[in-house]
Amino acid sequence: MRLVALAAVLATLACAAQDGPARPSPLEGGSEFQGAEIRAMQADAFGNPGMLWVDRGAGLWRSPRGARELSCASCHGADGASMKGVSVRYPSYVASLGGVVDLEQRINACVTGNQGAPALAWESQELLSLSAFVSSRSRGMPIVPDPSRDMDAAYARGRAIYFQRQGQLNLACTNCHDASWGKRLLSEPISQGHPADWPAYRLEWQAMGSLERRLRACYLGVRAEMPPYGSPDLVALEAYLARRATGLVSNAPGVRR
Amino acid sequence: MILGKVQVPASVKAGEPFEVRILVQHPMETGFRRDADGHAIALHILDRISCTLGGKEVFRVELGSGMSANPYVAFFAIAAQSAELAVEWGDDRGDTGRATALVNVVPA
Amino acid sequence: MRRRSFFARVAALAGVAAVRVRAQGRFQPPQDITPLINEITKGVAPEKKGVEVELPLLVENGNTVPLRVRVASPMTEADHVKAIHVFAERNPRPRVASFYLGPACGKAEVSARIRLAGTQQVTVLAELSGGRFRVGPRDVLVTSGACLDDASL
Repeated sequence: MRLVALAAVLATLACAAQDGPARPSPLEGGSEFQGAEIRAMQADAFGNPGMLWVDRGAGLWRSPRGARELSCASCHGADGASMKGVSVRYPSYVASLGGVVDLEQRINACVTGNQGAPALAWESQELLSLSAFVSSRSRGMPIVPDPSRDMDAAYARGRAIYFQRQGQLNLACTNCHDASWGKRLLSEPISQGHPADWPAYRLEWQAMGSLERRLRACYLGVRAEMPPYGSPDLVALEAYLARRATGLVSNAPGVRR
Repeated sequence: MILGKVQVPASVKAGEPFEVRILVQHPMETGFRRDADGHAIALHILDRISCTLGGKEVFRVELGSGMSANPYVAFFAIAAQSAELAVEWGDDRGDTGRATALVNVVPA
Repeated sequence: MRRRSFFARVAALAGVAAVRVRAQGRFQPPQDITPLINEITKGVAPEKKGVEVELPLLVENGNTVPLRVRVASPMTEADHVKAIHVFAERNPRPRVASFYLGPACGKAEVSARIRLAGTQQVTVLAELSGGRFRVGPRDVLVTSGACLDDASL
């Protein structure tokens, strides 16, 4: 009888480990781990440097593009209000694309597929501006990851990467962002590693950058080989991070050190 | 065209100093950075911002490479009556940009 | 004919200095900025008061440091601040920026985001009407980032 009960408890625990990610408590966004000046810069609706990309994105949103001479606005409306709640659902499974894509990939799918234009290069001013514009429409909204079963493989892959030690420093994401958040690494507080405020203006880069760029920088940080832009591994990791950050409010475009 | 923007308060009292905020999109390349192949990235900076109120210059900045990328400056101005505030900026390659804002003066 | 800015001329002249700086890497000693100040004051001694320099005591990333300068002045036609010059002694080009004001400002207060190449003293020189000068120094501690991310990647 006791063995059956023990087996049931163990099975439940195993299920819980598979089910939801272990989340830091309390859940705190990345800006909580930046200094006061950087937090102020992010909250400054005028002075947030990322807003320059949002403004440029608003202009690009209304510009005709590609063989079809269509603007984003011609389908999605001039002010982008239809994009409210969109970025906080990404990465997402998109049936027409047959797979899980992140926000930048989704934008490019529209650019190439619907507008008939060449794909926008990763980290190009154009792609970042559109991504910043779309993400800013969800400012203040919580992360609501795609719940469909089509996401399962991506979540599993992302979770595996998150817990996998890698690089010359032999560190897994969890070693810093679960076990050591709030502690200092070379004078900097370690964050919980949430994606909510991305794309973001990073002072280190003196420019706006995508979440993929930031994740690649983490790979570099542990001296691991960086996956290429658009790699399924990066998208899977983004998917896992989004699920782990469920409910956290997005303040994109963020500002980070 | 160099993108940028200017902000003034929604309304100001005649003769009372109000803050003007300016943000311009520019890499402010110092000339000291190197690209992935090790080649020096050339110096490329926004070197001037000037501001007129009602057509008269009220403020000017000479920027060096020690100013952050995407330069931000703010200053104060006073206005006796409503007028247009016009900001112009230019870089070391002859690129320029401008933005305007209406300073709405209410009686003191 | 557009007057070539001070910085364009300095950058051209500083070509040699810049190369030497690059060879030294990012850790360079403070330079004596007195000659740069004298170029503006023409030898007139600045008063060491009346210039308030607001900078964070500790800076997370030297790329973007918020600066606010306040100079006490009635800003009248007879008595006003003409210019505010910012110097960073350990930057490869110590002259950061110059702000030109006048009575139409009402207040001699400017803000900017500047770059600081390491822990150092920032010096602000105020040029007043009537050939007067004031100066205000401020020490800043600049930490560097942790996971040293290559900016181009």
